[in-house]
Amino acid sequence: MKKSVTLLSALAAIGLMTGGASADVIKVGVIGTMSGPYALFGKNFKMGIDAWVAEHGNKVGNHTIEFIYRDEESPNPAKSKALAQELLVKDKVQYLAGVYFTPDAMAIAPLLDESKTPLVVMNAATSAIVQKSPYIVRTSFTMWQNTVPAAKVAKTNGSKKVAIAVSDYGPGIDAEAAFKKTFEAEGGKVVEAIRMPLNTTDFGPIMQRIKDSGADTIFTFLPAGPPTLGFVKAYIDNGLKASGVKLMSTGDVVTEPDLPTIGDAGIGILSTYHYAVSHDSPENKAFIAQIVKDGGKLDEITMTSVAAYDGARVIYKMIEATDGKRDPAKAVDAVKGMKWVSPRGPVSIDPDTRHIRQNVYLRTVEKVDGKLINKETKTFEAQPDWALSSK
Amino acid sequence: MQTILSIGLDGISYGMVLFIISIGLSIMMGLMRVVNLAHGAFAMIGGYLASYAMRDLGAGYALAIVVAVIGTIIISIPLEILLYRRIYRKSDALTQLLLTIGITFVIIGLANFIFGPTLKAIPLPNALSGPLDIGFRMIPTHRVFVIVCGVITALALWLLIDKTEFGIRLRASVDNSDMADSLGIRTEWIYAATFALAVGLGAFGGVVGAELLPIEPFYALRYMVTFLVVVSVGGAGSIAGALAASLLLGLADTTGKYLAPEYGEFFFYLAVIVIAFLFPRGLFGRAH
Repeated sequence: MKKSVTLLSALAAIGLMTGGASADVIKVGVIGTMSGPYALFGKNFKMGIDAWVAEHGNKVGNHTIEFIYRDEESPNPAKSKALAQELLVKDKVQYLAGVYFTPDAMAIAPLLDESKTPLVVMNAATSAIVQKSPYIVRTSFTMWQNTVPAAKVAKTNGSKKVAIAVSDYGPGIDAEAAFKKTFEAEGGKVVEAIRMPLNTTDFGPIMQRIKDSGADTIFTFLPAGPPTLGFVKAYIDNGLKASGVKLMSTGDVVTEPDLPTIGDAGIGILSTYHYAVSHDSPENKAFIAQIVKDGGKLDEITMTSVAAYDGARVIYKMIEATDGKRDPAKAVDAVKGMKWVSPRGPVSIDPDTRHIRQNVYLRTVEKVDGKLINKETKTFEAQPDWALSSK
Repeated sequence: MQTILSIGLDGISYGMVLFIISIGLSIMMGLMRVVNLAHGAFAMIGGYLASYAMRDLGAGYALAIVVAVIGTIIISIPLEILLYRRIYRKSDALTQLLLTIGITFVIIGLANFIFGPTLKAIPLPNALSGPLDIGFRMIPTHRVFVIVCGVITALALWLLIDKTEFGIRLRASVDNSDMADSLGIRTEWIYAATFALAVGLGAFGGVVGAELLPIEPFYALRYMVTFLVVVSVGGAGSIAGALAASLLLGLADTTGKYLAPEYGEFFFYLAVIVIAFLFPRGLFGRAH
């Protein structure tokens, strides 16, 4: 008996020595809104990553990949920075990922160079984030990316005078600038630009102001979450929809989980976005089937799950390229120019900006088989981040 | 002129929502001397129950309001017996704050666990949804309903507290509970009933105000400061005070949002500071 124990430990020791470099655990720290008002989107990070792992296993070569989740909760730069530090120092993660809010991503960025850690941003949508560190890659979207097509659509749909109403923070200001620049370049006129505080709940006075401006179209951006619903309802109930004022937005305002709550009154609202849950492709069907198989609810799927799914793909590629070693430059180089077909359509990582190029779709809220969906009606192919790339 | 009328109307309806939710808190603070930070949580429970009753049980809007109010009161009964009863009137403020904020966190966690983090809609009946043409502008029909609800609530409470037998006993218990006790008033029952009234009003406000303050797990904390501000500006325990404060603050907030939306809640808090400076006990507050 004693002998076999010795033998076993000897074997184990040999196993440890030979396996040390290659058969290890590589940790990926995911920072997302796991609780609080934006918990749905953190949950989607996890659903997307889980779907990728379920399909492709938790191993890259000999390396076992482990995802560790931390809760950013709200726009809270100090907390997010502390979480990132804890992940880097205590958990010794080799990659960081996730991040719902722009200010949080900005707070984490300075840590990346110091610790030689790549960050794959799975949501935060202000253009400048990728410029804060050469080790940042983004698989979500930016406001410029989704807004420029919206301004073009507004023009071709015959809008002449537009009122812009955006949330008063980074992405909102990006959206305002992108729309204004594009729409005015096409010959349209912006008659009102309102910046609404993030915690606005009563949009009645905003609607009154828009009405007084004489605009024929509203362009709006609010971060997906509780206030978007209030905005859409105020637009309908204050009679702007009935009097023919059109509403254009990025898809954040009409995320699929909110559509049943907006109700039939929302039918006809236009938005431009990079992902609709109803996107018709075999990749998307397989992706959604996988999430549902893992216990996710169809009605809770949002754009952050697909960004996380593609983000996990990018991280796997980085690990493969570096064979599990900490080499952020090589890891990031390996994914520059990477092309694949995502559940949202064909995408690629722009080698210059490290931001994802993707199709942006014009969608209309429609009722299909008794269910409200964002029906894609037009495709703008391979859109870059228009703030960083000119074509 | 039209614009001024429009803003006034928006302000009054927003103020009425604040009033309906805050009056329960005002009663708790004024009459029971409990700073009930869980008041928003009770309003939220009301909203969840109404949403559940309508969407999953197929109840109508009126029935859903009744279910929400009664259901929330039932849920609060064990809390009253086990916890709140110990902190009426006597305990220090810190104990009250810690206890009620703790209850709030528990309720937020449970709501998130049971109903999930998404918004829960309380669908409006056709008669109350959509725009209503009132001549010079369109207004959401629901806002008119909210204004009517607010007026009725204020009147009913005034009658209850100033004109009924219950009101007399309540005021006696509040003014001197030992004396009321020795006169044969069962103060314990009076307090329990008042607690139920405050919770029920919160739940009612949560349901009818859900269009402006949508129901989601963080509702309980998100709007708590606003409710507390209304009560302290109005003067705890005063119905007229809460009504005046709600309308004033509703108007200040709405006007500010119309004229200078980028200033956020600046005007709301400016109004609070000015009123608090001029009336340190609140508009209609009494010295205790």
